[in-house]
Amino acid sequence: MTLAQRRGVLLLCALLPLLLLVTAVSLNVGATGVHLTALWQSDAHGSLYAERVVLTQIRGPHVVMAGLTGAALAVAGAVMQGLFRNPLADPGLIGVSSGAALATACMIVLGGAGLDVAVGGVHAFITGTAWSVPVAGTLGSFAAAWLLYRFATRGGMTSVSMILLAGVALSAFAGALTGILIFRANDAALRDLTFWTMGSFAGATWARIGMLCPFLLVAAWITAGLAMPLNALLLGESDARLMGYPVERIKRLAMLLVACSVGPTVSFVGAIGFVGVVVPHLVRLVTGPDHRFVLPGSALLGAALLIAADTLARVIAMPADVPVGIVTAVLGTPVFVWLLTRAHEREVLA
Amino acid sequence: MKLSLHNVSWCAGGKTIVHAASYAFGAGQVTAIVGPNGAGKSTLLRLASGLLPAEVGAVRLNDVPITALSPAHLAGGRAMLTQDSPLRARFTLRDLVAMGGQVSAPLMGASARLELAGLLLERVGLGAFSERDIMGLSGGERQRAHLARVMMQLEAAVHGTDRHPGFLLLDEPISAQDLSRQHLVLDLARAHARRGGGVVLVIHDLNWAAACADQIVVLHEGRIYAQGPPEHVLTNALASHVFGLEEGQVHKHAATGKPYILPHNMIDQ
Repeated sequence: MTLAQRRGVLLLCALLPLLLLVTAVSLNVGATGVHLTALWQSDAHGSLYAERVVLTQIRGPHVVMAGLTGAALAVAGAVMQGLFRNPLADPGLIGVSSGAALATACMIVLGGAGLDVAVGGVHAFITGTAWSVPVAGTLGSFAAAWLLYRFATRGGMTSVSMILLAGVALSAFAGALTGILIFRANDAALRDLTFWTMGSFAGATWARIGMLCPFLLVAAWITAGLAMPLNALLLGESDARLMGYPVERIKRLAMLLVACSVGPTVSFVGAIGFVGVVVPHLVRLVTGPDHRFVLPGSALLGAALLIAADTLARVIAMPADVPVGIVTAVLGTPVFVWLLTRAHEREVLA
Repeated sequence: MKLSLHNVSWCAGGKTIVHAASYAFGAGQVTAIVGPNGAGKSTLLRLASGLLPAEVGAVRLNDVPITALSPAHLAGGRAMLTQDSPLRARFTLRDLVAMGGQVSAPLMGASARLELAGLLLERVGLGAFSERDIMGLSGGERQRAHLARVMMQLEAAVHGTDRHPGFLLLDEPISAQDLSRQHLVLDLARAHARRGGGVVLVIHDLNWAAACADQIVVLHEGRIYAQGPPEHVLTNALASHVFGLEEGQVHKHAATGKPYILPHNMIDQ
């Protein structure tokens, strides 16, 4: 094992207990004053029933959703940064966020009654919650990623820089369409939209997590085989191809991974910034560029950080839930600026 | 082992860069591709490696079209050092070199991989730097680290067997090296050929080409203009027609009989 690999293993070993600790703390605090101990105290008279419901039906899905979202966003960010060889790349680059935002705005403003009946009917007996927004968001994000992929692929070769440029254009266009919808929206829809753009786990339920799981399983399955190819891609597409990696297939898989992990999560919990950009960098500071450690490290740290941010969001203005996107943006912006200046310094020095 | 081009052409932007090139690179030999700037040398090497798909004609490795080979099989049969790498990631040298054998030798154990990587770093003169990160090295050192990675791709594929290593394609491998390291790199190329592997290198220095190559291929305006052993190819007529030198500047080395070029008239002026 080389020095870098030893550091990577150590980091993964340290992140796992951190994640467990943060999860326990997060489950233990909240507006109702219920503590984790309610789960294992003897409850002969049924007096702890309400407290257990709070833990298992409210905080539980809340924390699990935060963890899954953090892991998905961070891994997607790490993959995008590797694929684009750009330290500031973000899952939003391939249009999934803006596609999801546009589709979500469509549902909120124009109403999704038809879709709700179709999709929600299956799940209504479990939850009774509205499905139109997350389903539309997921479809929107996949449509955006597919459009971008078709646009950037000519003669079987996908141009990574084309994805980047077309992604910016697509995002701007989707943003403009979203703007038109906002312009048309009534007050209630405006409020819903605003909350969606700030991100929140308030709507998390086990049923929604169950719906998220197939997408995340696909993403995890792709991630498992992507570490070495992404390492090779850091050497440039030509060298990766010469070393025997099927580069075009890797690009397709990476885009599918990002669409699967970011599209559905963004649709369920709204736009949560900076996790995708910042977390992989924090991991790389310790492990170096090796994706065999960057990818699992990002998943663990992303989950831990978002659970921590969500805990903070729940306690700073109790009993209200501050949208978690605000917390990650407030904490993430200084780190992001620090990364920018560091990258700039390195370029100047090199 | 044989790597052969059959009537291969390549066009870009309406211009024919390589025109109907046919050549068989042999195993156990160093072949130098020389020619003026823009003659199509690097394009020819990229075609031979399969990095560029030939628009017309075919490239064959052991008589099998390389487009029909699996990526892993092709990776074990040929490896190529490109001119510059966009790598900006802080891999340690040993990790970088070990990466070279990942696809060509998927069954090789991790420790054997790292051991072979360390050995190759020794060979390119970077043994003491194996735990250093590549971004901290000079341009010449980086070029040799990538050479070690490319050699790893072929060596790992035949590790523990008595098969000959595959074809080493080197695009200007000494462009960033000082004189003694130029010698080192070309020595490694010769050693690879002695072990039964093939070496094809694009090189600008005709004297080094004459000194280390068994065969020289001269490209001029996208066509193979001449081919053969250095003493037959590097003539006064070729130097003046292809490179625009005045007559009488190609000399014969007294001891080895190899040709060398020394532009006296310029020194006199």
